[in-house]
Amino acid sequence: MHGRLKVKTSEEQAEAKRLEREQKLKLYQSATQTVFQKRQAGELDESVLELTSQILGANPDFATLWNCRREVLQRLEAQKSPEELAALVKTELGFLESCLRVNPKSYGTWHHRCWLLGRLPEPNWARELELCARFLEVDERNFHCWDYRRFVAAQAAVPPAEELAFTDSLITRNFSNYSSWHYRSCLLPQLHPQPDSGPQGRLPEDVLLKELELVQNAFFTDPNDQSAWFYHRWLLGRADPQDALRCLHVSRDEACLTVSFSRPVLVGPRTETLLLMVDESPLAVEWRTPDGRNWPGHVWLCDLPATSLNDQLPHHTFRVIWTAGDAQKECVLLKGHQEGWCRDSATDEQLFRCELSVEKSTVLQSELESCKELQELEPENKWCLLTIILLMRALDPLLYEKETLQYFQTLKAVDPMRAAYLDDLRSKFLLENSLLKMEYAEVRVLHLGHKDLTVLCHLEQLLLVTHLDLSHNRLRALPPALAALRCLEVLQANDNAIESLDGVTNLPRLQELSLCNNRLQQPMVLQPLASCPRLVLLNLQGNPLCQAVGTSEYLTELLPLVNSILV
Amino acid sequence: MADNLPSEFDVIVIGTGLPESIIAAACSRSGQRVLHVDSRSYYGGNWASFSFSGILSWLKEYQENSDIVNEGPAWQEQILENEEAIALSRKDKTIQHVEVFCYASQDLHEEVEEAGALQKNHASVISENPTEAVHSAYLPSEDQSLCTVSCEMLTEQTPSSDLETALEINNVKVTGETEKHDDKTCMKSASEEETSKNVPTTEGTALQPKKTRITYSQIIKEGRRFNIDLVSKLLYSRGLLIDLLIKSNVSRYAEFKNITRILAFREGRVEQVPYSRADVFNSKQLTMVEKRMLMKFLTFCMEYEKHPDEYKAYEEITFSEYLKTQKLTPNLQYFVLHSIAMTSETASNTIDGLKATKNFLHCLGRYGNTPFLFPLYGQGELPQCFCRMCAVFGGIYCLRHSVQCLVVDKESRKCKAIIDQFGQRIISKHFLVEDSYFSENTCSHVQYRQISRSVLITDRSVLKTDSDQQISILTVPGDEPRTFAVRVIELCSSTMTCMKGTYLVHLTCTSSKTAREDLEPVVQKLFTPYTETETENEEVEKPRLLWALYFNMRDSSDVSRNSYNDLPSNVYVCSGPDSGLGNDNAVKQAETLFQLICPNEDFCPPPPNPEDIITDGDSLQSEVSEASVILEANSESPKESASFGNPEEASQ
Repeated sequence: MHGRLKVKTSEEQAEAKRLEREQKLKLYQSATQTVFQKRQAGELDESVLELTSQILGANPDFATLWNCRREVLQRLEAQKSPEELAALVKTELGFLESCLRVNPKSYGTWHHRCWLLGRLPEPNWARELELCARFLEVDERNFHCWDYRRFVAAQAAVPPAEELAFTDSLITRNFSNYSSWHYRSCLLPQLHPQPDSGPQGRLPEDVLLKELELVQNAFFTDPNDQSAWFYHRWLLGRADPQDALRCLHVSRDEACLTVSFSRPVLVGPRTETLLLMVDESPLAVEWRTPDGRNWPGHVWLCDLPATSLNDQLPHHTFRVIWTAGDAQKECVLLKGHQEGWCRDSATDEQLFRCELSVEKSTVLQSELESCKELQELEPENKWCLLTIILLMRALDPLLYEKETLQYFQTLKAVDPMRAAYLDDLRSKFLLENSLLKMEYAEVRVLHLGHKDLTVLCHLEQLLLVTHLDLSHNRLRALPPALAALRCLEVLQANDNAIESLDGVTNLPRLQELSLCNNRLQQPMVLQPLASCPRLVLLNLQGNPLCQAVGTSEYLTELLPLVNSILV
Repeated sequence: MADNLPSEFDVIVIGTGLPESIIAAACSRSGQRVLHVDSRSYYGGNWASFSFSGILSWLKEYQENSDIVNEGPAWQEQILENEEAIALSRKDKTIQHVEVFCYASQDLHEEVEEAGALQKNHASVISENPTEAVHSAYLPSEDQSLCTVSCEMLTEQTPSSDLETALEINNVKVTGETEKHDDKTCMKSASEEETSKNVPTTEGTALQPKKTRITYSQIIKEGRRFNIDLVSKLLYSRGLLIDLLIKSNVSRYAEFKNITRILAFREGRVEQVPYSRADVFNSKQLTMVEKRMLMKFLTFCMEYEKHPDEYKAYEEITFSEYLKTQKLTPNLQYFVLHSIAMTSETASNTIDGLKATKNFLHCLGRYGNTPFLFPLYGQGELPQCFCRMCAVFGGIYCLRHSVQCLVVDKESRKCKAIIDQFGQRIISKHFLVEDSYFSENTCSHVQYRQISRSVLITDRSVLKTDSDQQISILTVPGDEPRTFAVRVIELCSSTMTCMKGTYLVHLTCTSSKTAREDLEPVVQKLFTPYTETETENEEVEKPRLLWALYFNMRDSSDVSRNSYNDLPSNVYVCSGPDSGLGNDNAVKQAETLFQLICPNEDFCPPPPNPEDIITDGDSLQSEVSEASVILEANSESPKESASFGNPEEASQ
């Protein structure tokens, strides 16, 4: 047998492995037990550090043990001399690095490092930056490390320009890097602060153009990589607008004042956040939402006392002040008028050029050109198609309406998974366009029939609408937000797929409601209508509930004053 | 010494080129008793790498055209009546038209010697008549197969020194590479190799001193920093050789570096070729639309087989014609054709081009951002790595050991033995012979192709960037459609193939004329001879040549076995290097021949894990069926192996 090589068989190897694993498991379990016992007994000494490091070294994701370590370190901080402590910290940092090598995406380890560095009197931030750079070299998309890097950069006050250069270098290596793009979106506004974050873009034009070129390089190289498209959308977006009061409406008949906001807000039970001044003197009122649920919403209203509406004075002024957002609005109710209002015009403020900035129309135009160019090369790229639609809306929603609808059709064909999302988005854009047209026509009648709508939005913008036609769409509900339409008198919603009427609540002026050929199943769904005091005509032809037994009896009881048509 | 060699083997391998070395390793690994000999004093044959002094002595060999091998005792009388002999050649005729030029300035009165050079054990060749060598530079040599060695100074500023400098060259003491070409047998021991490799691993990026002039004496002095390959090849990162290196675990004997750049030469300018996602994204030279076009085409190439309708109609035409139909700008067509598919206008059809492009792209990203790897210390390392594996499993090595003839049994028409230079008769079952060892009698009907090669030492890169440590490959298409494209590989000093501050440039093409005639036009396009005076605008200047070597190498890669006269069936032929970039040819050849020698054996399986080897003391499971253990171990080595390398020791 001399000189002959003997090799273990695979069964032998497996057996050896199994034994080794068993041994490891035993050690692991006994160490864990000891740590827990010591912790319970309050014996937080260095032996606990030693034990936990054995376990965490193998499995750094044992969060409880990190907590345990923190407790020990905190206790030792009080007991040890500065020199001893420094040595302790040094080993701890080294230990953390070894844990990160085991799992570079361990939440617990990165967090522990943050905690430790935060407690040091003189942390070596340069070394930490170096550590991040190393880890990002191995995996440039490790967002745990990016998080930590942002923490370190903030603590060490690294100039944003340096960090920007760092993101540059990583994007150069692999542009499919959400973290890196996102970091840019944080750094660039710091580097180029905009004087007034009104409805403008986020960056000065020269910087913007450079970034657009970079991101264009990315999506021409690989249009299917989403990271660049997301960044593109951020670039073209505008800064978050300040809170504004969009509309203020006073009605003498209902003795009611209604306010609509630019975003959903919560007005507390007391009136400190939303002040009402009637004829320049404050009036304590009780604010509520139209549906009575008092959740954060766009629209809030309050009842006015008769004194504020009396007809003796030539007019009454109503001023509402939103203290939380530094916004206010004023309207006048003239003698002999039933109502008075004041509102921001959707056409003037270009409310619906929504996410994209308005200032840079030349930039937007050229972006549109290059996206169209890309679309010719990649007719099936959904990101490109979506971006074209958004750019067109930002440029001129009405001019591009037809083209936009065609792109929507293509987009739905190439991305059937998101058909419902796209339908909703399309509905939103169509509704916005109709709203613009209504305002140009200076009427309070809104026709939304035959538009294939799947969802209703921007209802808070429709505060003043008196006649609304929603017929021949694909709506499945009249949503609660519809209750914001305080002036609505006639609502037509025939030939939809409506199953619920939650939004037809507390509409003080609603007289006619037409719901032919919908999917109302049970008479119960009509319950909300009882809260509309002036309803006189209700058409329910062609709904399943017409066939149900006892519907007409239920109706006469529920809505005694209403002339209901069932057949 | 001859008495020490056993007289019987299973396989005798003659020649230590890459295919021979792989077969030797595979056979040894499968338990065959292997004798591996080479008549040269170094490993690798035409696959070898040389230090600077090594290449000079290699040159001398061809210059003198002398047969260094001593005449052995006559073998004829050993041939019995029922036997006949196939005499092997004594001269290597694979290298021709050797020409060497030195441009670097030379300190005339300084005797320089390669630092760290060991005692000469190799014939130190000092030309007796240096003037003659110079004068014969351009004279056609009398013998067709003879090579011309010319040492010239082309430095325009010093026309008078022609003679003197030539003298200088010839006076340089040429020392053999004792470290590598140690007397006979034994591979370098691991520790020796380690220390010799770990010393010079500093990367020269940190401080780049103000362009110091490199003189010829510096090159000589730093000669051991050079590892000049005779063949210029790279490893495709998904090529057969890489797979084999990994599978057999031979990779542990070598280190590699990624090629860092793919370059193109267009309109008189060297530029970087964008071929990966990151490159295309970062490229400043491509327009947005071009970026999309290129990415789209490359993505298609990655799995072109799945879209037959995109290329079926174009199968009959050339790849370059096909590219024209693909909405690619001329710019992009050029990149794809020459730098990615690395073919030419006429050379390949659509399918071949698509295959080549796909191969290139599939190799991307495995080890880095280019498809290629280069072995540190030169391509010549690779045959040695396999030899080492062979030795670990008991193979016996003899360098500078030539074989006089093969002995064939008349009746069975099988080869039964060799007779070596000492007249020793060594019997074996199988004989592997590298093509160049066959005599003219055997090869009288063989048609060879030629490879034109050039090796340059330059002072800067063909394309300057932030880092001076770039490894680049550049394809320069032929001027006329009939001429062959020239492949240029530029190695920086961190590849351990040249001294700091220099670049080693390899040019390769299929020959149509002599190497110099084929390659000099490209050299002139890319480089300029070194001159004493620094020109004003250094920025735009081309890299300057310090030293240049041209030679032709015989290409026996597509010679069919049938063209050799009267070879017995158990004599197998290995070819020399081919002109291709990758090493697939050598690996394929080795595997095919191995299957003939050892049918049904696994080709270079991984050696067993050291932990799984049961040593004598480890008798824990001695009961386990011994038969299976022996079968799996499969590395029964001859008793002689003890002195050459015990597998148990070596694998630790």
